[in-house]
Amino acid sequence: MSVLKAFGAYLPARIVPNQELGAKLNRTPEWILDVSGIEERRFAAPDETVADMAVAAARACLDRAGLAASDIGMFLVASGSAERRFPGPATTVASRLGATGAPALDLPMASAGGLVGMALAAQLTAAYGNILVVASEKMSAVVTREPMEQGVAILFGDGAGACIISPGDGPARIVDSVLHSDGAFAEDLRLEFEAPLAMNGRSVIMQASRKIPGAISELLERNRQPASAIKIFLMHQANQNLINGVARALAVPACMFYSNIRGYGNTSSASMLIAASEWWQAHGPCPGDLICFAAFGAGFHWGAMLVEISR
Amino acid sequence: MDNRARIITILKNVSKKDSVPDADESLFDSGFLDSFALPDMVGELEREFQIKIPDADLNPRKFESIARIETYVESRK
Repeated sequence: MSVLKAFGAYLPARIVPNQELGAKLNRTPEWILDVSGIEERRFAAPDETVADMAVAAARACLDRAGLAASDIGMFLVASGSAERRFPGPATTVASRLGATGAPALDLPMASAGGLVGMALAAQLTAAYGNILVVASEKMSAVVTREPMEQGVAILFGDGAGACIISPGDGPARIVDSVLHSDGAFAEDLRLEFEAPLAMNGRSVIMQASRKIPGAISELLERNRQPASAIKIFLMHQANQNLINGVARALAVPACMFYSNIRGYGNTSSASMLIAASEWWQAHGPCPGDLICFAAFGAGFHWGAMLVEISR
Repeated sequence: MDNRARIITILKNVSKKDSVPDADESLFDSGFLDSFALPDMVGELEREFQIKIPDADLNPRKFESIARIETYVESRK
């Protein structure tokens, strides 16, 4: 059995409102808000790296868990915007946290990376003990590359999220998870080296609108729970209209989906963990609550995870 | 009601527009559908025509115009 021990998050200081971005893209702030639900996002400083943000989120997570880096048996670091081909940020993150020797593995995935890391960690705690999952993205370095493409540039922001998954009993038990991939759509959302992010937005939305509710339904049916039994859905913050569409597909009110996209934009793999960290801090679960995580991203990869809070 | 008329009725409901584009006109370029209305359109087509549209067929080009939707729906029946 595996449990969620703690979450952490880091958001860079610089706030980029729609007004600033819209001026560059010849779009009004209202149009950006309407098509995405985003009002502002955070951009990292020019010299701030994916690993810098990952370390900050990881430290916040370790502090909340009351653990030291030496207590971590494995590091899983997801990022689709890491600065170099190899090595990825995982070993840098582990090293800067003070860990030596524990495996530090990269998940070079985009938006689904945080969820995939959590699902893998839940299966690996018996062998590795506490596992620190971090997702960190510097999407500003990608989307502000000229020529800026407005359908992409308005969506993304920077940030990092983290969680620790531990073996044994605890208040937040990971009940089950589902993961899926389908490479038939790999070309529809991709980031080539030294090229702008390429996104077939219609295809991405069509697939996500079908696959996210599908994964959640598969997970909930397998565990004999209706969507209405979920306390909160903590989903990848891709676009407010997509979040609303997933809620409609599951026949639950959109308010059951935590949303912070208005303030941070889409932070890709980091977004679900940032949302979880915020919700855990601001609201926190109650005994008996069921919490459902879900994500979808380039690949396509998608999935969902069910967590139960002990009574 | 023939298939085209049924598709137009769905399109009007999803797009919330009373006008009807030409059969070969792009529903995206003409503003009848956007990325987020497209999944709703697909869901309504499944209900109206009692068909299951597999994920592999969720290609926006198949739903680009009334004529293309008609061709697709007829291929699934």
